[in-house]
Amino acid sequence: MLDAKIPNGPIEKKWSEYQATCALVNAANRKKMTVIVIGSGLAGGGAAAALGELGYHVKLFCFHDSTRRAHSVAAQGGVNAAKNYQNDGDNVYRMFYDAIKGGDYRSREANVYRMAELSVRLIDTCVAQGVPFAREYGGSLGNRSFGGVQVERTFYAQGQTGQQLLMGTNSAIARQVKAGRIERFSRHEMLDLVVKNGRAIGVIVRDAITGEIERHAAHAIVLGTGGYAKIYYLSTMAMGCNATAAWKAHKRGAFLANPSFVQVHPTSLPALGKHQSKLTLMSESLRNDGRIWVPARSGDDRSPEKIPDSERDYYLERKYPAFGNLTPRDIAARAAKEQIDAGHGVGPMRNAVFLDFRDAIAQHGRETIQSRYGNLFGMYQKITGIDAYVTPMLIAPSPHFTMGGLWVDYELMTTLEGLYACGECNFADHGSNRLGANSLLQACVDGYFILPSTIGNFLSSRIKEPLSPTDGPEFDQAESKTREDIQKLLSIKGSQPVDYFHRTLGATLWDCCGISRSRESLNRGIEQIRELREQFWNDVNITGGAHEPNSELEKATRVMDFLELGELMCIDALHREESCGAHFREEYQTKEGESLRNDEGFGYVSAWQHRAEGEPILHKEPLSFEAVNVMTRNYK
Amino acid sequence: MELNLRIWRQDGPDTPGQLVNYHLNNADPGMSFLEMLDAVNEQLINNGQRVIEFDHDCREGICGSCGMVINGRPHGPAQGSSTCQLHMRSFQNGDQITIEPFRASAFPIIRDLKVDRSAFDRIIDSGGYISTNIAAAPEANSILISKDEASHAFDAAACIGCGACVASCKNASAALFTSAKVTHLVNLPQGKVERSTRVVQMVNQMDTEGFGACSFTEACEAVCPQQISVSHIAQMNWEYNRAKLGM
Repeated sequence: MLDAKIPNGPIEKKWSEYQATCALVNAANRKKMTVIVIGSGLAGGGAAAALGELGYHVKLFCFHDSTRRAHSVAAQGGVNAAKNYQNDGDNVYRMFYDAIKGGDYRSREANVYRMAELSVRLIDTCVAQGVPFAREYGGSLGNRSFGGVQVERTFYAQGQTGQQLLMGTNSAIARQVKAGRIERFSRHEMLDLVVKNGRAIGVIVRDAITGEIERHAAHAIVLGTGGYAKIYYLSTMAMGCNATAAWKAHKRGAFLANPSFVQVHPTSLPALGKHQSKLTLMSESLRNDGRIWVPARSGDDRSPEKIPDSERDYYLERKYPAFGNLTPRDIAARAAKEQIDAGHGVGPMRNAVFLDFRDAIAQHGRETIQSRYGNLFGMYQKITGIDAYVTPMLIAPSPHFTMGGLWVDYELMTTLEGLYACGECNFADHGSNRLGANSLLQACVDGYFILPSTIGNFLSSRIKEPLSPTDGPEFDQAESKTREDIQKLLSIKGSQPVDYFHRTLGATLWDCCGISRSRESLNRGIEQIRELREQFWNDVNITGGAHEPNSELEKATRVMDFLELGELMCIDALHREESCGAHFREEYQTKEGESLRNDEGFGYVSAWQHRAEGEPILHKEPLSFEAVNVMTRNYK
Repeated sequence: MELNLRIWRQDGPDTPGQLVNYHLNNADPGMSFLEMLDAVNEQLINNGQRVIEFDHDCREGICGSCGMVINGRPHGPAQGSSTCQLHMRSFQNGDQITIEPFRASAFPIIRDLKVDRSAFDRIIDSGGYISTNIAAAPEANSILISKDEASHAFDAAACIGCGACVASCKNASAALFTSAKVTHLVNLPQGKVERSTRVVQMVNQMDTEGFGACSFTEACEAVCPQQISVSHIAQMNWEYNRAKLGM
């Protein structure tokens, strides 16, 4: 039975009681202890900075050339916090409630409440770091709202909120680097986890310049490596986003939870051609002012300004009048797919819907819209060559955020002792659908506030333990496995580049385990992925060598793991015979086509244990709801 | 589209490099510049040759990883755009395009179009931050900041650290990058406390790294994908002099 270690007591007291009673490491002992952090985004970077500040010796690894480039940088819209600056009735409980409901009752209450609770302090911290959030004329902080909520609680810095928060984190890292508490290893990628007797003791990393394979030991290891939506190839993720560190941890014993819960973002740019390498997100905040519509008549190919209002279908406003264009992401994405599938899609590939600012510009003036979203309109124009002040944007759904990830308990520890996972690489806070502007929040509070307390609770009893020697048999074994994989990949010399396999895997997953899934499609997906994996290991073609900069090899070491994870995603989706949040199983829907959840049968987290041979083993963490009444989501 | 490409190939920092000709006949105008390079690399792989190494990641113009000199201009012909946001519709069928790495002695070449920009990190490490403890912040609205101040700070903070400013400068100066961080922080009340030590440390580190002096030709602003203004350099100089004079 999985023990989530949720503290007793009323929900609003759990975190403070935990902090009041957890064990501490005193300052003199902290500097004797080494913590490895993998990933330098808001979660990993924040954890590294906070742990460095406490005095631990931190080794921080990232595969980029600089810690400032982690993909948190690309989040545009904002970060939520229950500050109630707008006096519109917001508070911690309401925010907690919105997130639980938004996640379709598949997240853990205690974690979600803590996220909402800590949101308030997060904004204070960021402002102190110099994050230039939007301000009102009087000098106080400004807010806007995001999908799935009826209050304005989102703090933002134009359309570059993620970048600004990450620059704050990066400066906190820099401060600890200068203080000598963080040792920074850029262009280093974790390729395996070293485990001894069920406890994580170190990592194997590859230096991307020399190809050197290195061993590093630590008292505890933190993964803040983000999500795996790049598995779909076309996604809003950066090219380098990958699952390797988390997947290797999974293969070494860490359970992986809800891997099939992948958020499809409703407002990304549509694919425009066969060479497309990624899909760019247009911030969801655009839905505050933009109206989404398609031509009412299928196949109508008139230019949008020629289509009169009477022949437009503002389908979100029609179907969900209470939330309109601000319905949560899963609902908006599925509604768009429905329109596109029914032949109402627009754009050159008929794979998009319109996001129209005509009415907002008429009401507020172009200048106001420009000041709210100017850089997003600029970005849109750069990519498409189209001026969205004049012509509606073309938007389409695309894979975005992964709610699934490594299973962690309340302390963010995985099922491997001493291995922690924070931010998007764990599963805990978003259920089966993440509300907008909660991802930056979770990443930040996990890294800045939660880990520094919970890791101390673990490390306090290990103060006397020396670091594991890196010449032990577990390190030998992990390093030789890594070397063997690399040698094997380079020796195949087949006929297809790595990208071919990645694209094929992505297309298969989108088709079989994408915005909607069925028993039939998932079984097909599993079979196709197995065949593709076999083909990969016989026919991949990687040029260049192991001991030099080799971006093809880097891609291959990631795609080989995606080819295994993809199968587990389908297995997880297949077993979950219900529809919830981003997981829409076609067999389980209401007459109106809405999700049909099955709380009695599936009110649990699915946590998968890896087996070297045969099917993975399913463990269940039952979800109980004490502070909220579980009900059917209704945004009408 | 058919393209004739001349691309800088160099095995490592200590080996000589050269421009090599490549031909691509299946580019389309909607491709991004990096997707065009992906297509060249696919040809190379199919011929068993090693790929052209270049840094890139988000391909949304925000991570700052990508950057190359395209026909003599960092990030290519489009104004206010990083290489990943440049699209082939900016070129003509049959064009010859020359692609080189960002060149500066403070940015050693790693391979092909990949350069080492860690000097930028060391400039930030030297003091490009506000010394505040993570969990000890005052209530956010207790620090009132006018809309203008906030947006002025934001304009500087928008720097993505790509290094185009250095590559475009005849002196390979890092003044635009460094000044962006200096003015981002000094324009906020919470950043004013350390204004003097910060600017002196950062400017000293910039010199230590081997970046050249700024002679204000404004080439950096012209190529900056975030259109960071050279007025930040003026403010940095003012801040530096102020600190040195002990004002």
